[in-house]
Amino acid sequence: MTLTQHDIDREIAAEHAAYEKRVADGAPVEHHPRRDYTPYRSSVLRHPKQPPITIDVSKDPELVELHSPAFGERDITEIDNDLTRQHNGEPIGERITVEGRLLDRDGRPLRGQLIEVWQANSAGRYAHQREQHDAPLDPNFTGVGRTLTDDSGFYRFTTIQPGPYPWRQHVNAWRPAHIHFSLFGTAFTQRLVTQMYFPSDPLFPYDPIIQSVTDDAARQRLVATYDHSLSVPEFSMGYHWDIVLDGPNATWIEEGR
Amino acid sequence: MTKIDTSRPETVLPTPSHTVGPFYGHALPFPGGGDIAPVGHPESIALQGYVYDGEGNPLPDAFVELWSADPDGDVPQVDGSIRRDPASGGYLGRNGVEFTGWGRIQTDANGHWTARTLRPGARGRSAPYISVCVFARGLLVHLYTRIYLPGDEAALAADPLLARVPAERRDTLIARERRDGTYRFDIRLQGEGETVFLEFQ
Repeated sequence: MTLTQHDIDREIAAEHAAYEKRVADGAPVEHHPRRDYTPYRSSVLRHPKQPPITIDVSKDPELVELHSPAFGERDITEIDNDLTRQHNGEPIGERITVEGRLLDRDGRPLRGQLIEVWQANSAGRYAHQREQHDAPLDPNFTGVGRTLTDDSGFYRFTTIQPGPYPWRQHVNAWRPAHIHFSLFGTAFTQRLVTQMYFPSDPLFPYDPIIQSVTDDAARQRLVATYDHSLSVPEFSMGYHWDIVLDGPNATWIEEGR
Repeated sequence: MTKIDTSRPETVLPTPSHTVGPFYGHALPFPGGGDIAPVGHPESIALQGYVYDGEGNPLPDAFVELWSADPDGDVPQVDGSIRRDPASGGYLGRNGVEFTGWGRIQTDANGHWTARTLRPGARGRSAPYISVCVFARGLLVHLYTRIYLPGDEAALAADPLLARVPAERRDTLIARERRDGTYRFDIRLQGEGETVFLEFQ
């Protein structure tokens, strides 16, 4: 049987209603998706059925997971955060600048941490061999960048507004435009991979990946804010997106004692 | 809102996780990602394994990150895992001498991954282990587990985590030593023999 958008819409609504009921019944707010989220079919065989074993890090400050690998100036080049300058020519599309802060759960800036990004080009195509969506590749755009956060936890990327793209999970399945982010904090427990979206994308309600975050407020935290002060005159549109890493770190233990 | 007011801690809430999707392969994996051990180091060990889904099919679109202490049990604080070449804009790779403790390894078309790292030393009350973080298309939040090495049964018996794992699942956290001297560690995301995964609080 062909899977339609209507089928997926119903499943998304059911998951959302189930979440709202859990919270109304006193269950905690869920900041992250559940790994078992059927509207995103690829999750079905790839989520554990057994609950994880919880490690209370305050009982053992020596855990290697409370530390994080180090990255430094050797691990990036100066223009790795400018995705528009990696080829001889100019990529096609609307130039954007994305800026924000990397924070821990207490709102403290995470300094000198590695941020990696990747994205589709302005036509909605990734420069990835397995990607066969029939949209043009841009010889001047790979869509990959990295940077280190500065002393106040700020990062900044210059890139091209990515396009939405079809992904064939169901008939007429389209991903809203997004940029993938991979992040490190001061502890391996804070590791995060996520996606940043753009304001008011009409595809949000139809996309089971963003809807896997069933909490409405949490989902909003994946959407950047247009910030005119970040727009560069005669050059680019500016977006602001702060990122908060979950998970305990060593400082958290010291304060929790 | 995605501008966070850090003067109001109650508004500082975590950014949700998302899957890496299928198209991270030109962005995250890097050459020599699994060659964590310095060249010729006498404490080098080789690890290999598969990542399987709930039907026992290996995943060609997953990657693992390994993170561990050095043989003395000290946490590496050396950068340089993904050294870049400012001249070409490409990867220089590790320098082959310094131990960063961290690596990232893409599964191949058979769902197989391999790595060479240093035998970790013990820290605190734990038996020596390598921390593992698993990412894949379809996995909405990454998964943590640990690779313990066989051999020192007393240390494994005293490990606070292993002591809490039901006996029938304990072996999913302990690599098996093969006749060729490598350690095999498979990751089963779901179903029979499901790997024990961890969360930290």
